Amino acid sequence: MMLEAASIERTTEERTPVEAAELSASPENGQLLELSMGPHHPSTHGVFRMNVQLEGERVMRLKPVFGYLHRNHEQIAEKVSYLASIPYTDRLDYLCSMTNNWAYALTVEKLAGLAVPERAEYIRVITAELTRLQNHASLIGFLLQDMGASGTPLMYAFREREKILDLFESLSGARMMCNYMRFGGVRVDLPPQWVERAQALVGGFPRFLDEFERLLMGNEILMGRTQGVGVLPRELAINAGITGPMLRASGVNYDIRKVDGYGIYGRFKFRVPLGEHGDVYDRYMMRVLEMRESVGILKQALGEIPGGPIIDAKARLRGLRPKAGEAYGRIESPKGELGFFLISDGSTNPYRYRVRPPSLINLTVLEDMCLGRNVADVVVILGSVDIVLGEVDR
Amino acid sequence: MSSGTMNAETIKAEIEAAVPGCHVELVLNGSSSAQHSLVIDNEHALQVARYLRDDSALRLDFCSNVTGVDWLDAEVSETVKTKKLVDGVEQEVSEVRKTRTPGRLEAVYHLFSMEKKHGPVILRLRTADRAGGTTVPSLTPVWRSAEFQEREAFDLYGIVFAGHPDLRRLLMWEGFVDHPMRKDYLPPEENEDGDGRDQR
Repeated sequence: MMLEAASIERTTEERTPVEAAELSASPENGQLLELSMGPHHPSTHGVFRMNVQLEGERVMRLKPVFGYLHRNHEQIAEKVSYLASIPYTDRLDYLCSMTNNWAYALTVEKLAGLAVPERAEYIRVITAELTRLQNHASLIGFLLQDMGASGTPLMYAFREREKILDLFESLSGARMMCNYMRFGGVRVDLPPQWVERAQALVGGFPRFLDEFERLLMGNEILMGRTQGVGVLPRELAINAGITGPMLRASGVNYDIRKVDGYGIYGRFKFRVPLGEHGDVYDRYMMRVLEMRESVGILKQALGEIPGGPIIDAKARLRGLRPKAGEAYGRIESPKGELGFFLISDGSTNPYRYRVRPPSLINLTVLEDMCLGRNVADVVVILGSVDIVLGEVDR
Repeated sequence: MSSGTMNAETIKAEIEAAVPGCHVELVLNGSSSAQHSLVIDNEHALQVARYLRDDSALRLDFCSNVTGVDWLDAEVSETVKTKKLVDGVEQEVSEVRKTRTPGRLEAVYHLFSMEKKHGPVILRLRTADRAGGTTVPSLTPVWRSAEFQEREAFDLYGIVFAGHPDLRRLLMWEGFVDHPMRKDYLPPEENEDGDGRDQR
């Protein structure tokens, strides 16, 4: 069942581009100022540069500059075995190693025709949804930090994120670079008491969300800074290949967990929240609402998880040689559609290894959303896209 | 899986009916994904792309993934037995025949439909060779999502997308000359700055 468009009430009027900027710099009395925001600007959350042309405070042109974190991940992966790339996928979107692992494992499974045992499918859903919780919580924290809410929201978000990373650590040995999934299953089984600990965390999560909402939901400044800012129209979002919460904030009902039903997502009941206005506020709300849905999925999955093997007995990890051919696999990662495109020539390493990075493609419309806004809005609009430069630049 | 690969053969026939004179070649995929793809001739690629996006049954409004692939010159040798006259006596002689397939670059597009929730339909555009004729038409005028991805394929593979609104390098720096994802690319010893060519 889908959720009808999330009803989001507006308490402030839609703002027009800042009037002060229009007064101070018209083409007659002002001049265009070229400014590089980044690569070492705190709001870019990494090394990302925006070449901005300003008329006063108003953005007239914005061109993103990429590549500061480029290490040619794809070429490195084409020179090593299929298995050896798994730890490197952790470092794409380094907040979400579990979902990166999954997207890659899923594509190799498609290419080589491997099945995944029941228990492993459940573990994958559980770890992926926990990843979504910590990604969305951190994003909201960062976004509010960018708006000037220094400290409190980010600390609250990180307090919850730490608990999830503790679970990942006891499961995989690493907090962020989990290197956990394998073709045909997962690497190790859940340690004793893990399910109970996860259930306790998930049970307490709505309390955090309520607390967070009480803190922020009716906040005048938050609404003033986000409502009507960085509007992304529905048609443009589709044409520009925007995916994830950013697409759904523009009112497009497209969630790959529903559309493809990969893994065992078809079994879980959850709703797809949709926005109405496609502005920064709706994008923020999408994350809040999606966390609530993830909590629901986690409760079902943790309650139903069966016993049994965690990896397909026939899966050969080392020296895997898929038949010549190609496969494109994709998942709904917390940032959007994370896809892998692999071409096998029958040898032990992929002939072509391609990552479809949602963070990069979601930046296609950054200029469209920022034109006519002022510099402070650019920071908030970029924050609402949710990018990780490890994935943008690869 | 609700969105399996759509029947590539049906779509091939539909394209040929809708865009007269278009040459479509079906590329079968031997892996268990069974995602077959269609090679579209460069002359009609834009027309085909518009048809796929706007046709009311297909509505492939979402161009998800765009990337390059480098195919080197390949030499296939096969041993053929023929009968020949040797010193006036007919004998069976085995001969090695070599067939060369010229190298080329390929741009691959994975299309889905957000409206109809189906896909993928996979398009391939091929360049004439890997050196002088590396131009294919840009599909960015049809799908904005190709904008950065075509720039990346231009940067890393050297595929020139004719009609792209802003074809610049995406990840490597300005002034870099090579295309590092090419299969025959060799990184220089010193590539800290400059054009990426060996400085010694």
